[in-house]
Parts: sequence; structure tokens; C-alpha cells
Amino acid sequence: MPSDEPLTAEHVLEFPGGYTRTTGPVIGRFLTELRAGRLVGVRTAEGRVLVPPLEYDPATGEPVTGEYVEVGPAGTVTASAWVAEPLATHPLDRPFAWALIKLDGADTALVHAVDAGNPKAVAAGTRVWPVWRGERSGHITDISCFAPEVSKIVSPVRSSYRLKAGGALGVFLEGIGRGVFVGGRCGGCGKVYVPYRLSCPECGILLAERTELPGTGTVTTFAINNLPDPRAPEVPFVSAYILLDGADVPMIALVGGVPAHEVRHGMRVRAEWVPENERTPSMASVRWFAPTGEPDVEL
Amino acid sequence: MRQVAIVAFAQSRHTGHDTGLSEPELILPVINEVKDATGLKRFGFTCSGSCDYLAGAPFSFVSALDAIGAWPPISESHVEMDGAWALYEAWVRLQHGDVDSALVYGFGKTSMGDPRTLMTLQLDPYYLAPLGLDQVSFAALQASAAGVPREELDAIVRRSRADGRRNPFALDLPDELPADPVVEPVRASDLAPVTDGAAAVVLAAGELARQLCERPAYVTGIAHRIEPHYLGLRDLARSASAADAARAAEDGLGPVEVAELHAQFAHEEPILRRALELPDDTVINPSGGPLAANPVMATGLIRIGEAARRVHDGTARRVVGHAAGGPCLQHNLVTVLEA
Repeated sequence: MPSDEPLTAEHVLEFPGGYTRTTGPVIGRFLTELRAGRLVGVRTAEGRVLVPPLEYDPATGEPVTGEYVEVGPAGTVTASAWVAEPLATHPLDRPFAWALIKLDGADTALVHAVDAGNPKAVAAGTRVWPVWRGERSGHITDISCFAPEVSKIVSPVRSSYRLKAGGALGVFLEGIGRGVFVGGRCGGCGKVYVPYRLSCPECGILLAERTELPGTGTVTTFAINNLPDPRAPEVPFVSAYILLDGADVPMIALVGGVPAHEVRHGMRVRAEWVPENERTPSMASVRWFAPTGEPDVEL
Repeated sequence: MRQVAIVAFAQSRHTGHDTGLSEPELILPVINEVKDATGLKRFGFTCSGSCDYLAGAPFSFVSALDAIGAWPPISESHVEMDGAWALYEAWVRLQHGDVDSALVYGFGKTSMGDPRTLMTLQLDPYYLAPLGLDQVSFAALQASAAGVPREELDAIVRRSRADGRRNPFALDLPDELPADPVVEPVRASDLAPVTDGAAAVVLAAGELARQLCERPAYVTGIAHRIEPHYLGLRDLARSASAADAARAAEDGLGPVEVAELHAQFAHEEPILRRALELPDDTVINPSGGPLAANPVMATGLIRIGEAARRVHDGTARRVVGHAAGGPCLQHNLVTVLEA
């Protein structure tokens, strides 16, 4: 069929199984030491240590001495380039840096990959250590990559407890199970506390009476949380101090039904309860406080 | 030294895509152009520069001879290097004194493969190639070592592209520079474009040069120097071999009206400029340079040809053509041409 486009065909140039090369004694020594998990350089007649070793001194053209010197394993980056999108042929399949690394005791720099996580973690001066491949065969990739010095670790922390709500908390949560906020009024100063408690922290005397407060209130302050929490529906979520109408101290609760950045001091909110048949004596029965739409309150 | 001059130069209208022309078909027009310009049909010596890996075909340079007319047998040679080194070999050959003319050509099609990963094959097979270190990655290590400010790099690319748009043989590349990094700090715009093309030069010695050309561009200095291959053995922020080549070509380049530099990445231009100690008033790459057209294996020869062209047309009296090979400007050739 005639066409303006030239005919095309795929063509691959390949040595199946790879091309076998002899290493010679100098490169062979380096690769043999590498297989044993050691890094060596070779000393030149002038006393410089070349890493990786060459058969000649590039400065003079003279053969190197037969003296091999163990170097590293750590080294200092002298230049680096960040690969945001690795190619299939690269040593790492995630973003990494190429670097020139002057191993401790060497006078020249080794080219290798640095698994640094992000481009800011590697620069001239960064100290790096080799990460060895599990199975070594005498190949430059016996070092899978280099990595910056260890400067932090992650410590998992998780402990389980069983909490029992006797006393005042039990009274408050029993109220939540019924869909009301139970508070207490001090006979001395007259302040109303919610959640319900047994004594007035100011006067130090037992509270005189229980009182039930409405589910409406005002946000006095709040925080936008960006770390997930099992008690919150999604990230980010807002936890706020809410001063219930008729109370003298605020209580902490979630604010929802509004984008986090729209929550503000003085915002009027109302408790949003889960359906009655799902309610339990637990704060989970209050889904969150949602804006009422009333004008803000001057605090 | 025998006086040798560039008496003719021709290049293809380079393309950023594969037109489907074979290599002999790409070369034939430029060979014919320099034959017509000089009136020569046969040459005392012929030398070409190309790389078989670009087309993935062994001895592809042999089939390229079909474009020359090699029967009865001609005296011919080839370098697996940029055509600039074929020109050097031809210059040396003319120093022997038994022949007076030489045809030099270089050609390359980078559109057929992936030049970025193909260039890994030029690296040493023990320490570098197994890492998959690609062309942009090793260039980025040099760019990082050189630390050229971004504004300076962008200005080089914009100037090169603007000059390239005025050059009918170079590509038309836009003035807007995409900011996406390929390998930080190298951005896509810092790279020479994928290009297919060819170029040819005729050298003539002694009296023949004056017969063939009204204003021959005399080679008053030519030398090449090389550095260790392994990147960690070099100071990548400088080009010691380019500086050495310039000193060897001529003891101090002195005033130079035009310098065509083989800088395939924007950051290579300031490194070379410093190494060659070019005066501030030297015009760099008025053709657009490799950043406007990079037919690999002809690009260096084109630098020398473009410089010679300024002498041929009478717009300059003293010019420099530079060519580079190997990773991170490992190998440098400097040619000084004078009216």
C-alpha cells in the first residue's frame, strides 16, 4: 500500500548472555576484594591511592606499585546529581543520586549511586557508607548503592490498657449514651463544669448539683490535625475547645461538617449525634460538632 | 610544518527526526557539494568519522564508502570518533608531503536509538558501564561540579537556539525552555537535540589550496589532548585536556574572532571557554552550535567547518574550531584557522 511514511522495522544489537572480559591483575584484585566485602585502592609510585585501582598512574603513565590499601568503607561526596526518574538500567528503581565519593584513605573519587531518599539529603560533603549486596560475585554492583550515615532511627511504641469509667466519668458517659451532656454546678463559686466531675477544682468542695446542658456551644480555640487518628474520620481533622452554652469551662471535641480551614474562633456549633439506636456510653456517640450557621460570637 | 588549509565545507540540512535516508544517502549530497566547490573528483587521502553503535550495524562506515566512489581503490581511513579526528588524521597525512588533497567527512543518525543510554557503551566496562551510568547522568555530575548559575545556562541555550533558527542547516528550536530536570541539575533544555546529519571538508596543501579557494582557511595550529577516562580521577569543574590542547595548538590562543565549541550540554560551554582562555569579545557558536544541531560524529567536524566558513566568506581572519569526545569532555581537539 503506498504511503508517505517510510517503512520501519525494529532492530536489536545484543551479545546474548553478555560479553566475557578478562579483568587483568589490578582490576581483578579490586573486584576480588569487593566480593570479600572489602574496598581497596592501589598506591602509585608517587604515593597516591587510586580508587578504583588502575594499572597505571594517569598523571605519569607509570605502572602502579603492587601495594593495595584498604580504604573506606565510608567516604565523602564531592559532587552529586539527582535522578528523579530512574531508568530501567539504573542500579535503583526509586529516585536516587549519582555521586563522586572520595572513600576514606583514597586520593580519587568513586562513581556510584547514593540511596538518599530525597535530593536535599546528599550534597558535596555528605558522608556515605556502602550498602552491600547479599550475594556478591566480584562486580562493581556488589555494592548495591551507598547511603548517608545513620542519623535517626524509628522506634515503634504501642501499649494496651483497659480503662474503667467509675465515678464522675461513668455518670457523664451514661448521659452521652442517652444523648445529653451532663455537667455539675459548684455550690461555692457557682461555676458549671462539663464533663461532670465530683469536685470544684477552684473551691475544692464536692459539686452541689448535676445539670444537663444543651448540645450547642461556641468554638473558643482549635487545632488542625494532619496526622491520622483512629477517633477521627479523615485527615486533616479539627479538634476544638467548645464552650457549651451554660458551661463555664470548654470541653474538647471534634469539629466536622465544615472544611478545616473554615473553622474559626467564636464559631457556633451543635453536637451531631449518631442515630439513637447506635448510641453507647462513649464519646463515639457524638460524631462531631458541626456549624449551626448562627453569627459568630465575640469571645 | 606543511601549510594546509580548509578549502571547502558542506553540511546537510540536519533534521530532528529520521527521514528514512540511509547513511550513504545522507552523505552523498555533502560529498558532491565539496567536489563541486573544489572541482576535485579524486583526493590524495580520504578519512571519515562515525560510530557503528549509532545505527547498531557493524562496519556501517564501510557501506558509507558507497557515497565516495572508491573504485579504482582509494587511499582511505576511518576513525570511530567524531569527524574532527578524521580531519586531524588527514592533516597529519598531508604532512607526509606526497599527496596534496584530502576529503574528510563525518555522519551520524541519533534518531534511530536512545542516545542517552547508548552512550553508556562508551564507558569502561568494569567500573562505570555496569552501573548503567547514562549520558545525561554523567553530564549532570560535571554540571554539579562546575556549578554554573541557572541564568547563565538558560542564556546560553536561548542564544544558541536563536542563532540556530537563523542557520538554515540547524534545527528550529523554540525560545521557551521547559524547566523540567532530567537529572538535577541538568534540565531538558540543556541537552543538545537528537539530530541526523553529515558534513564534509576538503583539505589542501601548499599551492593547491590557493588554486581551489579564494580565501583558504589555513590551519595554523591543531592539537588534541585526552584525560583519564574514569570521572573520579578528574577535576570535572575544569577541562585540563582542552587547556592543554589549546596550548599545544598554539602557545596561547590570543585574539580569536569566532570560536565554534563542541558543547553538547549548556554547562560545557563555560568550562571550555575558561579552559581555552577565550577573550570576552570572541563570538561563541554563531552557528547555534551543538545545542541547535547535534549530528553526533559530525558535530565536531561541523565546528571546524563553521569556523572555516567565517574565513572563507571574509567575515573573520582568525577563528577556532573545537571538538570533544568521551564522557564529560574527556578528549579535546583545538584547531586554529587563519586567513
